[in-house]
Amino acid sequence: MARTNAFFSKRNLFAASICALILASCHFSPKQESSQEKVVRDTSSSAIGQGKFTNVTLTHPLDQQMITAGKSIYDIKCGSCHKLTSEKLVGPGWKGVTDRRRPEWIMNFVTNTDEMINKDAQAQAMLEVCMVRMPNQNLSDNDARNVLEFMRSNDNKN
Amino acid sequence: MKSAEAAVVGDAASKVYVAPGKYDEFYNFVSGGFSGQVSVYGLPSGRLLKVIPVFSKNPENGWGYNEETKAMLNTTFGEIPWDDQHHLDLSQTNGEHDGKWLFANANNTPRVARIDLTTFKTAEILQIPNSAGNHSSPFITENTEYVVAGTRFSVPMGDEDVPISSFKKNFRSTASFISVDKNTGHMNLAFQIVLPGMNLDLSHAGKGPSHDWFFFSCYNTEQAYTLLEVNASQKDKDFIVAVNWKKAEEYAKAGKGKKMAADYAHNTYDEAKQTATSVIEHDVLVLDPKDCPDMVYMIPCPKSPHGCDVDPTGEYFVGSGKLAALIPVFSFAKFQKAIQDKAFDGDFYGIPVIKYEAALHGEVQKPGLGPLHTEFDDKGNAYTSMFLSSEVVKWRLKDLQVLDRAPTYYSVGHLMVPGGDTRKPYGKYLVAYNKITKDRYLPTGPELCQSAQLYDISGDKMQLILDFPTIGEPHYGQACPAALIKDKQVKFYDINKNGNQYVTMGEKKANVVRNGNRVDVYMTAIRSHLVPDNIEGVYVGDDVYFHVTNLEQDWDLPHGFAIKNNPDAELLVMPGETATLRFSPQKQGIYPYYCTDFCSALHQEMSGYLRVSAKGSNVPLKFGTGVIDTTASAK
Repeated sequence: MARTNAFFSKRNLFAASICALILASCHFSPKQESSQEKVVRDTSSSAIGQGKFTNVTLTHPLDQQMITAGKSIYDIKCGSCHKLTSEKLVGPGWKGVTDRRRPEWIMNFVTNTDEMINKDAQAQAMLEVCMVRMPNQNLSDNDARNVLEFMRSNDNKN
Repeated sequence: MKSAEAAVVGDAASKVYVAPGKYDEFYNFVSGGFSGQVSVYGLPSGRLLKVIPVFSKNPENGWGYNEETKAMLNTTFGEIPWDDQHHLDLSQTNGEHDGKWLFANANNTPRVARIDLTTFKTAEILQIPNSAGNHSSPFITENTEYVVAGTRFSVPMGDEDVPISSFKKNFRSTASFISVDKNTGHMNLAFQIVLPGMNLDLSHAGKGPSHDWFFFSCYNTEQAYTLLEVNASQKDKDFIVAVNWKKAEEYAKAGKGKKMAADYAHNTYDEAKQTATSVIEHDVLVLDPKDCPDMVYMIPCPKSPHGCDVDPTGEYFVGSGKLAALIPVFSFAKFQKAIQDKAFDGDFYGIPVIKYEAALHGEVQKPGLGPLHTEFDDKGNAYTSMFLSSEVVKWRLKDLQVLDRAPTYYSVGHLMVPGGDTRKPYGKYLVAYNKITKDRYLPTGPELCQSAQLYDISGDKMQLILDFPTIGEPHYGQACPAALIKDKQVKFYDINKNGNQYVTMGEKKANVVRNGNRVDVYMTAIRSHLVPDNIEGVYVGDDVYFHVTNLEQDWDLPHGFAIKNNPDAELLVMPGETATLRFSPQKQGIYPYYCTDFCSALHQEMSGYLRVSAKGSNVPLKFGTGVIDTTASAK
C-alpha cells in the first residue's frame, strides 16, 4: 500500500516540532522555564517513570530474535500510531527514542500506560502535544522487552 | 385501599442506594418479552446494565446486521429479525447456579438460545421442530443435563395439511429435551416426547429426591381450537404432566424412539473465528408414551394451571391455576406412592391419571385471585404472584398458612427471588414483574415502559423498596450473586488470537481486494484513524465488504463504523475483534465513513471517503491513509 510522508499537513508538522522542543526542554535543558516545566514540578518526575522496571539490563550486541519478535509486535500493535522515523503520526516517531528515554521508562510506559499518563510528568507533557492518550496495548513484560530491542535496533544501537 | 405512597415506608431509599462507583449485589437477568432480547439489571439498584441481543436484530451493536452474526437469526424459514422472548434459566450444577450460561426461549418461532456469561453474548440458538409457541422453555435439570422446550400450541407433527377442526385427531403437543454438553455448553435435540393435543404451559425440573422428573403444567385439555377463552376453561381440573426424563433417556438409548424427518436450524457462534454458522438438522428422535410405560403421568390440577414450581427440597411442587381460588401443593413422595399403589383415576389418551388426593400435600386456601407463579426463599416460605388481585402472597410450605401479602402496581405476572427456583435460594429480595404500568412513571404517550418492583423479603413482612422500569415485557427473570460472574468477564479479545478469516493483523496488512463484483476492504481501526481512509475504484453494483479490525488492546475501547446511505446499517467492533459490514452502493458519489463510538479527543477526525463511480467506468482501484495525490488535485 502506498503511503508517503506528504500526509503531514502544516499543522501536524507544527505539532511535531513542538514535540521535539518539549523533548529537548525536558531532557537536555532542564533549567529552561516553560509551561511544560511547571507540569513537571506539579507531578512526580523520574527518568525511569512509574512501574515495575527499575533496572533493565541491555544486550550487547543486540539480540536478533528479540528484534524480530519486537518488530512483529510493532506491526500489529504500535505501527498504527508510531513511525520509525522521527516524524510524529498520532504519537511521536521512534527514531532516537532510546536516546531520549531510559530503557526502564520505555518499558514502564508500554506496560503501565495509564498510571504513567496519569502520574509521570514526561508522559503528561507528551499527552499535551499528541492529545490522544496512548492506548494500553496490553504488552507482556517479554513483549515490552522485545519492542525495546527493536527500538534500539531502529536507533542503530549495538 | 391501595395507596402507592403508603406502601413505601421507612428506610427503603437506603436499602436500594448503591453509591457512585460501587457495584450491585446481584445480576438480575430479565426476559425482554416482545423485544426478543434479554436485559440485565443490577439489584438492589434496578440500574440497567446491558441489553443482550438474542432473538432480534440489535442496532446498538450490529447483532444480526454484521456478516459475522447474520447466521444466528437463521431458521428453516430464513432470517427472522424479531421474536418474543419469555423465560430464562441460569445453568446449574447440583441444583445451584454455576454462573456459566443463561438459557432463553423464543416463543413465536420455537427456539432455545444459550448465552455465554463470560462475554454476555448469545453463543448458540437451536430451532425446535414439531412445536409452536415454545412457552414451557428453557427450564433446566439440576446439572444442566437438559433444557426443555414444550409446545403452547399443539400442531400436527411434520408439515401435514389437515383441517383445524381435526385438532383431537391430528394435533399434538411435544416436550423436547435438549442435552447440554457440560464442558462446551453445546446443545443437541436429544429426544422429543409426543403428547396429546393440549396446551403445555410452564415447567420446572425436580430437585434432590425428584431429580429424575420434570413437571409441566397444561391447560386446554378440553382440546378446543376456537374461542379458547371460553372453550378451554370448561373443566374444573387440567393436569400437571410429570415426565420421568431419566426413564425417557433410557428408552431413547434402548431404541424405543422413532427417528422422524424434521428440519430445524442449529446456529452457533464460534468465539475463535468470531463467526456464526447455521446448520440445518434433518431428523429428531420421537418417544411416544404408548411405547414407553412409566415415563409420563398426569396429575389433576385446578384450573387452567400456569406456573409449575418445585420447592428447594424437591419434595413439593406447586401448580398455580389461573382460574383457581386455591393453590394446590403436591408431594413428590405421595406422587411416587400413588404410582406404586396404582392410585389412578383413568387415563388421558393412554397416559395414567393419578388420583388428585393421592398426590396432594394440601391446598393453600384463599390465597387471592389469579395465582400464576411461585418462588421460594431460604426459610421454607413460598411467594405466589396473584395477577387478578395484584399482589404477592407469602405462605409457609409446612402448614400452607398465608403469612403476608403485599400489593403490586399493577397486575403482577412472574416474580423472582434470587436463586428462588434452585436448591439454594439466596432470599433477601423478591422482584415482581408487572403486566400493567399505568401511572407508575412519568407518562410517555400511549406506549409505556414496563414496571418491575423490588421487595425486601428478609423480615417477616415483605417491604416494597423500589420501582424500576424495564424494556419489552418482562416475563421470567433470574438473579445470582454478582461474585459468581463478574470476575470472569472477557475485557477484550487478544488480537494475536483473532481467528476471523478477514482479520487485518496490523495496518501494514490493510488492503482492498477486488474479485469480480466483490470488493473486500481489510480495514484497521485504532484511536483515531482508519486504514485505508481513502478508497477509489469501486463501482455501482459492487458488493463491498468492510472487514474492520479494532487494533486496540484495552478494556472498553470499541470503535464503530458507519458509511453513508448503507441500508445494511453499521458496525460496533470490540477491541481485538473483526466485524464485517456489507455495502452495495446503488448510486455513484462520494460516501464518507467514520467511527460512531466516541473514542478519543480526535474521534471526530476518525473518518474516510469511499468514491463510487459509474458501472463500467475505468477509475483504478486505489486506497491508502495519509496519501496526498498531487497529480489529481487539479481535476
